[in-house]
Amino acid sequence: MVVVEKIKKLANKIFDKILDHESPSLKMPIRSLNNVEYDSNIGYFKLAGKFKGRALTASTVKTFAQTLLMMNESKNVVEKKDMMTKREAYYVSKNWGDARFNEQPESDTVMDDVEAMLMVNREQLGFVPEEKGGDVAGQLVVVDKDPDTNEEIKIDCTKMGSGAYSVPSSVEGLGFETTAKFILAIETAGMFQRLVKHKFWKKENCILISLGGVPTRACRRFIRRLSDDKKLPVYVFTDGDPYGFLNIYRTLKVGSGNAAHINEFFCVPNAQYLGVTPQDILDYKLPTHPLKDVDQKRLKDGLKNDPFVLHHKKWQLALKQMLTLKVRAEQQAFAAHDLNYVMSVYLPDKIKDHKTWLP
Amino acid sequence: MQILAEIQTTAHELAKHQKSISVAEFFSKNRHLLGFDNPRKALLTTVKEAVDNSLDACEEARILPEISIEIIDMGGDRFRLIIEDNGPGIVKKQVPNIFAKLLYGSKFHSLKMSRGQQGIGISASVMYGQLTTGRPAKVTSKIHKDKPAYYCELVLDTQTNEPDIKNEKNIDWYRDHGTKIEIDLEAIYQRGQQSVETYLKETAIVNPHATIIYTDPKANQIIFPRVTDELPAETKEIKPHPYGLELGLLIKMFERTTAKTIQQFLMDEFSRVTTSVAKEILEKAAIPPKTSPSVLTRESAEKLIKAIKKTKIMNPPTDCVTPVGAELLERGIKKEINAEFYTSATRPPSVYRGNPFIIEAALAYGGELPKDKQAKIMRFANRVPLLYQQGACITTKSIAATNFKSYGLNQPRGSLPVGPCVILVHIASVWVPFTSESKEAIAHYEEIEKEVKLAVQECGRQLGKYLSKKQRLNTELKKRSYIEKYIPHVSKALKLLIDLTDDQQENVNEILKDLLEETRGKIKDIKHTNTEYDADFAKIGAEEPEDDNEEEDE
Repeated sequence: MVVVEKIKKLANKIFDKILDHESPSLKMPIRSLNNVEYDSNIGYFKLAGKFKGRALTASTVKTFAQTLLMMNESKNVVEKKDMMTKREAYYVSKNWGDARFNEQPESDTVMDDVEAMLMVNREQLGFVPEEKGGDVAGQLVVVDKDPDTNEEIKIDCTKMGSGAYSVPSSVEGLGFETTAKFILAIETAGMFQRLVKHKFWKKENCILISLGGVPTRACRRFIRRLSDDKKLPVYVFTDGDPYGFLNIYRTLKVGSGNAAHINEFFCVPNAQYLGVTPQDILDYKLPTHPLKDVDQKRLKDGLKNDPFVLHHKKWQLALKQMLTLKVRAEQQAFAAHDLNYVMSVYLPDKIKDHKTWLP
Repeated sequence: MQILAEIQTTAHELAKHQKSISVAEFFSKNRHLLGFDNPRKALLTTVKEAVDNSLDACEEARILPEISIEIIDMGGDRFRLIIEDNGPGIVKKQVPNIFAKLLYGSKFHSLKMSRGQQGIGISASVMYGQLTTGRPAKVTSKIHKDKPAYYCELVLDTQTNEPDIKNEKNIDWYRDHGTKIEIDLEAIYQRGQQSVETYLKETAIVNPHATIIYTDPKANQIIFPRVTDELPAETKEIKPHPYGLELGLLIKMFERTTAKTIQQFLMDEFSRVTTSVAKEILEKAAIPPKTSPSVLTRESAEKLIKAIKKTKIMNPPTDCVTPVGAELLERGIKKEINAEFYTSATRPPSVYRGNPFIIEAALAYGGELPKDKQAKIMRFANRVPLLYQQGACITTKSIAATNFKSYGLNQPRGSLPVGPCVILVHIASVWVPFTSESKEAIAHYEEIEKEVKLAVQECGRQLGKYLSKKQRLNTELKKRSYIEKYIPHVSKALKLLIDLTDDQQENVNEILKDLLEETRGKIKDIKHTNTEYDADFAKIGAEEPEDDNEEEDE
């Protein structure tokens, strides 16, 4: 209900301003990499304090009305303890007459604005994302509840056969039971499949989580809660390319510029980068692809602007090494040596040798 | 030898068939040169020639013109055309020559801004009538209220180009003065773009001082009343300028002149030739100034023309050309077209080949004009509408060569602009250079092309200004409508969020509206109201030709 109070307070402030014959304005943090700071003690991207105001003018009056109406929908949903997907929110707006959204991206933006303005995450506002969050297999029992009876349900992730447990869009109510020693987060579904098939989790006594590209908020929150709850370290295994380093791993560990106001909840500060590092490419003689122009640009950009990279000397060296090598390598590249080389040699080696990791 | 003999025989044989043909005979075989290509056009051309003459005569006599045109359907593709004016009348002796002798006229040898130029038009119409119906033209003319009117029936002898007068007599006529001509001819009557109605309407637009009464074959009468009592300024006759001189004409002038010496000849017969200019020309041509023009040869004439080209001679006086005037043009176009924006421009006088001319242009935009069609072009030369051969006319080419994209209209490369737009161009000159005797398109002269372009550009710039102003206003209005549209949503959201009462909500609406509109300031309305527009007038000539439709039905 804190959220409802926040919403009402803001609405009252706007109302008072209008009664004073002053143009009201909405204030929200600027959501970009330029407006975040990284402090390894906190462990995630924190807002740097730059705000933008949306004053009520003729040009902004439509968005202004939409923002207030969206706040109202959020208040209704929270009060009714219901939820609404982004797509549903877009359809709800169809009742707003002239103020309705024409396309979903418009409603998504307004939703992000409300979220940032109130400095809460959208789940607290009653909005849930469409996207599904990642697959889980291994030494873990997830404690959930039956939606109707509220009875406890235990899901044993060792008994998923060749399949996996799917992270739900809201993970706040989940409990965990585990004896695992660590969590291994994997970029691609293909690699995850291989590890599940050969019960890699049993051999190493761990929990496997497939990220499926840049992890969703739910997936990030799941890993964070699991790691916090059970004091488990998190190892991340992605392709050895700029996207794997700076989009997938960086976002998982410290959050993003766009969602900086909620990074606090959605980061996994104790995650560590296992591989594939540029040094691994050399050490394991991996088949490679040349870096594309966009890859090089992304690396240079990271070296110049990413507060996370700027904080970690080791990452700077790694990115520079990749720029010199001018190549990238995929997770699956180990198959060149042997299909199961990655399980029998690479991962066990790496898990033992912390010195080869990146922070 | 034998071969040579044969050739000579053939030549003699041929010579038997070679004989001079009369002008009249030539034109009777080349009707299209005079605008009689087909029966439909013949009707229009005849009306046009008669009306042009009437207007010229009235203006010369400083009489406010009142012209009536009647077309009677005689059946079997025959029409009778009766055109009557209140002009000064024609003296008895001249009547046959004016109406039934080709190339007879007062205008050909003088340079004066007038509608007729060569003295062909009306005689050609008489000839066309007689060739197609076998009937003579009937002319009535009266020059003074105390004198009787002169009546005669005329036929043109196509062999000799001489008038044949029949049944001449003095009659009583109700008018104080004026002329009436009646011609029977084979024709097709059609309405639409290139019809008599359109021609008369456009004539009325650029001749606001004339009253025109038209009775069509179905006995419908249309009156185009005079809108101003002011006659166009009297046009002065000027002598030709040396720069426009051609060899043939010069040799003819040698024969006719009364000047005793060549130097005198140059000074008497041409404008802007002073003693010193004449001396300079003659020195360059190596002709002694005292030579008599009558002894000069063709070679000397050529030398003279070359010398003229090398001599710097002041431009001819330009006060001999009077434009319709931007204001009147705009009024005319307003009457015809219900648009939202009008502009016009009159260029300062310019000169091509020694002939002074003035270009005027007017432009109407938007309103009821069709949005996706090519701009309509209205062309006029010395106050005469040009309805045919638009594509061959320099005005059309100049307009197509003007970049209208920068003024906010669409324009396919090298074509006329596309959009809700009408462009009117008028050329006034002592000698309008038509591409043919039928006077339908203006010939290509660089100076004319340039002037048309400049005049059209001037209108275009005004249009551009208007359109960008309109766009700014639209954006502003859109923003304002945003205020009206979305403020209720702001207040409604607040009402839902913090349970406002209806009064409080209304209060929010009012405060916000004041607040937002205050910051935007007052807006200036740019709407034009066209009080001149005359819907009935605009309809004239606008209907689709009925005959075409019938053909489609069959």
